[in-house]
Amino acid sequence: MATFKRSGKKDMPELGTSSDIVFMFLFFFMVTTQMRQDEVEVSVKLPEASEVAKLERKDLASYINVGPPTLNYQAKFGTDARIQLNDSFKTVDDIRDFIAAERDAMSEADRQFMTVSIKADQDVRMGIVTDIKQELRRCSALKIMYNARKTE
Amino acid sequence: MSKRKTPGLNTQSTADIAFLLLCYFLMVSTMDQQSGLQRRLPPMPEKDQKVDDQKVNRRNIIIVKINSADRILAGSEPIDISQLKDKVKEFLTNPTDDPNLPEKEPKNIEGFRADYPVSKGVISLQNDRGTSYRAYIAVQNELVKAVNELRNEFGMQYFGKPFAKLTEEQQDIAKAAVPQNISEAEPKDVGKR
Repeated sequence: MATFKRSGKKDMPELGTSSDIVFMFLFFFMVTTQMRQDEVEVSVKLPEASEVAKLERKDLASYINVGPPTLNYQAKFGTDARIQLNDSFKTVDDIRDFIAAERDAMSEADRQFMTVSIKADQDVRMGIVTDIKQELRRCSALKIMYNARKTE
Repeated sequence: MSKRKTPGLNTQSTADIAFLLLCYFLMVSTMDQQSGLQRRLPPMPEKDQKVDDQKVNRRNIIIVKINSADRILAGSEPIDISQLKDKVKEFLTNPTDDPNLPEKEPKNIEGFRADYPVSKGVISLQNDRGTSYRAYIAVQNELVKAVNELRNEFGMQYFGKPFAKLTEEQQDIAKAAVPQNISEAEPKDVGKR
């Protein structure tokens, strides 16, 4: 009778390819990622719109958040809509300095493409948004975007 | 003479390192898309510049007002938001050459036609300080939708494709033929009318 003869010890086969897949994932996330920005201190629920366009260059955008403060700040700042620039509550008058600082951080060639992205809660009143718009006009930051959620 | 085989490099740990990096990027990444309605604000008038009201013919302008109770007034009549788009489309196309609707001006569009009639209509959007942002964006959205639909129709008529499928030059032509003239007026209180 013929018998199969095992030669040598039993070996685990080597898994060599999994690292490539992981690397691919890694690169995907590295390319698509955008670092989480500063902490949000106002709660923003964006309004809905169907005709939204994507922001092409995220790195050229500055963000103005408008909305009621989140729960842990409400004791201090109340529930009225506030403006958040970078990491703190600001008033309309601070927008000028904010825009100037954002401009300075950009390269000369990119400054004209700067977009100010207004992230406002859907329940804020237009008064505060109008004030922001007027201030932006005064600083001649004319390219703006009203952030909205896409719906069909 | 026996052949010497170069020993394989030990690469098992790279997978672990890659995993760690992967986890890091998974944690810190935000996948939310930044999307919204893009607008260009009019520049602030110079201080010494005289405020000369630009002579825009009455028929070429439609005033859309939103009051503090989020009700909409288009032209002179109150209107529901669902009808706004069609109203604006009719205003921009003026299919019957109504003398109360905007006139058209033959314009030379490069690479297309020398005398395409382009509407001179301007949509002026006014709001109250008490208008909710949600209503404002909804109206802006309807206005943009009207323009986008007209561009789509233009694309279908002359190139047989919707706007999004046109080439870049064709899109420029469509944009020139159907301009998006939405003016966000100087703030003024519309009140509760």
